Amino acid sequence: MKTSALALLSLAGALSAQSPVTFDRILNADKEPQNWLSYSGTTRSQRYSLLTQITPDNAKNLELQWVFQARSLEKYESTPLVVDGVMYTVQNPDDVVALDAATGRVFWTYSYPVSPDARPCCGRLSRGVAILGETLYIGTIDAHVVALDSKTGKPIWDMEVGKAASGYAITHAPQIVKDKVIVGMAGGEYGIRGYILALDAKTGKEAWRFYTIPGPGEPGHESWAGDSWKTGGASVWVTGSYDPDTNLTFWGIGNPGPDWNGDKRAGDNLYSDSVVALDADTGKLKWYYQFSPHDEFDYDSVQVPVLVDTVWQGRPRKLMMWANRNGLFYVLDRVNGQFLMGKPFVKVNWMNGFDERGRPMKLASAASSKEGTLILPGNQGGTNYYNPSYSPRTGLFYIPAWDNYSSLYVKQDQEYVEGRTFGGGGPRPTTSAPVAPGGSNFRSDDDIYGAVRAIDPKTGEKKWEFKMADVTDAGILTTASDVLFSGGREGYFFALDARDGKLLWKASVGGAVRSGPMTYTVNGRQYVAVDAGNSLFVFALRQ
Amino acid sequence: MKLTTVCLFLLASGALLAQHEYAATDIENGGRQYTNNCVYCHGPEGDQIPGINLLQGKFRRTLSDDDIARIIREGIPGTGMPAQNMNEGTARTIVAYLRSSAAAPASTVAGGNAGRGKTIFEGKGGCTACHRAAGAGSRTGPDLSDIGALHRAVDLEQSLIDPGAVVLPQNRFVKVVTKDGTTITGRLMNQDTFTLQLIDSQDRLRSFAIADLRQHSVVTTTSMPSYKDRLNSQELADVVAYLVSLKGARKP
Repeated sequence: MKTSALALLSLAGALSAQSPVTFDRILNADKEPQNWLSYSGTTRSQRYSLLTQITPDNAKNLELQWVFQARSLEKYESTPLVVDGVMYTVQNPDDVVALDAATGRVFWTYSYPVSPDARPCCGRLSRGVAILGETLYIGTIDAHVVALDSKTGKPIWDMEVGKAASGYAITHAPQIVKDKVIVGMAGGEYGIRGYILALDAKTGKEAWRFYTIPGPGEPGHESWAGDSWKTGGASVWVTGSYDPDTNLTFWGIGNPGPDWNGDKRAGDNLYSDSVVALDADTGKLKWYYQFSPHDEFDYDSVQVPVLVDTVWQGRPRKLMMWANRNGLFYVLDRVNGQFLMGKPFVKVNWMNGFDERGRPMKLASAASSKEGTLILPGNQGGTNYYNPSYSPRTGLFYIPAWDNYSSLYVKQDQEYVEGRTFGGGGPRPTTSAPVAPGGSNFRSDDDIYGAVRAIDPKTGEKKWEFKMADVTDAGILTTASDVLFSGGREGYFFALDARDGKLLWKASVGGAVRSGPMTYTVNGRQYVAVDAGNSLFVFALRQ
Repeated sequence: MKLTTVCLFLLASGALLAQHEYAATDIENGGRQYTNNCVYCHGPEGDQIPGINLLQGKFRRTLSDDDIARIIREGIPGTGMPAQNMNEGTARTIVAYLRSSAAAPASTVAGGNAGRGKTIFEGKGGCTACHRAAGAGSRTGPDLSDIGALHRAVDLEQSLIDPGAVVLPQNRFVKVVTKDGTTITGRLMNQDTFTLQLIDSQDRLRSFAIADLRQHSVVTTTSMPSYKDRLNSQELADVVAYLVSLKGARKP
């Protein structure tokens, strides 16, 4: 124990030279847990840190170290990066800020001039940046990818990769694979035709493009009636994961459009609400699995794919774990996409089991209607973009969940008009609707609630939950010392014991936590960072 | 002198325009836009955000048509009201819909006299023991100072006759028992995972750490009595007429 701590310290010393972030470092991020080199921490996206200075015993001694108040009133949903003592975060919509990770003092700020054409549906924001070498990458809400010098914030290149006036946008942190920067298009509420593309990290030149809706002649095209594929959405707005053994990059795909009326898009609407596995060098589809065929409930499958190597039913397997917006928890084989298990983790009424190939058996009554259909989970889902976590130590999968939650789905006729929202109706609140943001909470015990829910991924059974009085949009972080960090909409950031959900510590941060917390060390001291409200808060143990 | 006349004329015609001249197609299209874009937060009746009733013209402050159209298009920074990517014309149809809904005659209870109703409200009815209106009465129950701008007469009458039929979440009561055994009942003002806030029967704002409570429960039923047999139909009509007249504080 002592030796490993010493080894860590000496490693930190060696890297204080701030060497370039090679792809090898990103792939082996576990070897330098003092840093956080990509959106989800590692390419496996477990949001599990090997740092152990903060423990269940001493978490009560956590205290605020510094705050970065962003000059933006937009929701702060990003996870920062930390590289050798320097933190990189965003200031919405698309500014990038470099700070001293120990003190919060700003080195530089890059201000991106957003085009007036930008029209992201659900927040003028960015969920974070990526780094490769000494270059940072941000995708912008007007569908550009910009490369910046990580030491100065000066732009290196700026590529327009989508038409903002038609509703294309980028809101997620880019993914780095080898020498490429991979991004996907948001705009599922605007009748876009989604795609994922890889750019050459040095030049910004497009290397490959994968359309999330197959074109004429491609397999899956027949899953869209008529011309509906041209405006079918299938957006991407949360960062994927990468498996070096298979060289596959995995991405969750958003809802089909129009969101709430499937009449004119008869068929399964591939690859909406699916996970796609793409060859990272070519963008070719290796396999896919569709969670919600022909969706009318806005069940984007944009969650982060969590990659886990473990024993499954007696033999070691390369798995993908996924808590989906549609209320079900899934285990897939990530080599070939085979469906291994699917189980509700919250109340679900739109399906009743799976067929032998893993296709959900959707109830005939589970369809949007003119008069409204009551569906659980409701429109924001059983979970959403909120980062889940998997701890190899506890073997548990942790989900930011909304339970007892329903919406009334109403469909309406709608014609496509370029650049305008293309919803075809919409969800109506029921008695079990969340508290309006900023409002007071009057809920009773039977109403909707939010929770950190720990499930055993081998069975899908709930092991424990930490129930909140309001819903949660907060991601989850676990550590090798069995501490779990998360928060919720009511403005607390807290630490739980990852083994049993016991509350260890909490801080009032005065604004909803809508981001995934992360952890790092500088000079041997462990810090935990989280965005809440409009600011970024950093905590460490009292000295 | 002449200038003043012209200004007055313009102001008057402007006011007329603001209130009456909305094209029927705009109102209809606005209704559709409202359903598509606004209902999720504001609700089908426009009253889902406490203190606001979009369909009855009840906003946080007085708003011109221009103000409303701008807020629809640009949102209100720092609140849950997002900017809608919508052109001016479309936003104007929503304004037309909101204004025409607010101008539609609310149902009234025939024969009610607001003056008599006020007397009953403050006297025989005993309403001020829990409710407050126009600066008088207890704050434990919902403050009714602007109830006439928020709800229709028919709904107010329903609440007098059958108060338990609909209890809005913001009017719920809560009962807490402290560790020393003291029971406190009050109107729930807010709560979270660790704390709870209420206003008690002495109008005190009180906040509790849930860890310090022996028990706490949110009451979804009402403590208000039915006035079906306590007041005759004329008295009920009078009270409703008084409630309908309560439109909230006016800005100078």
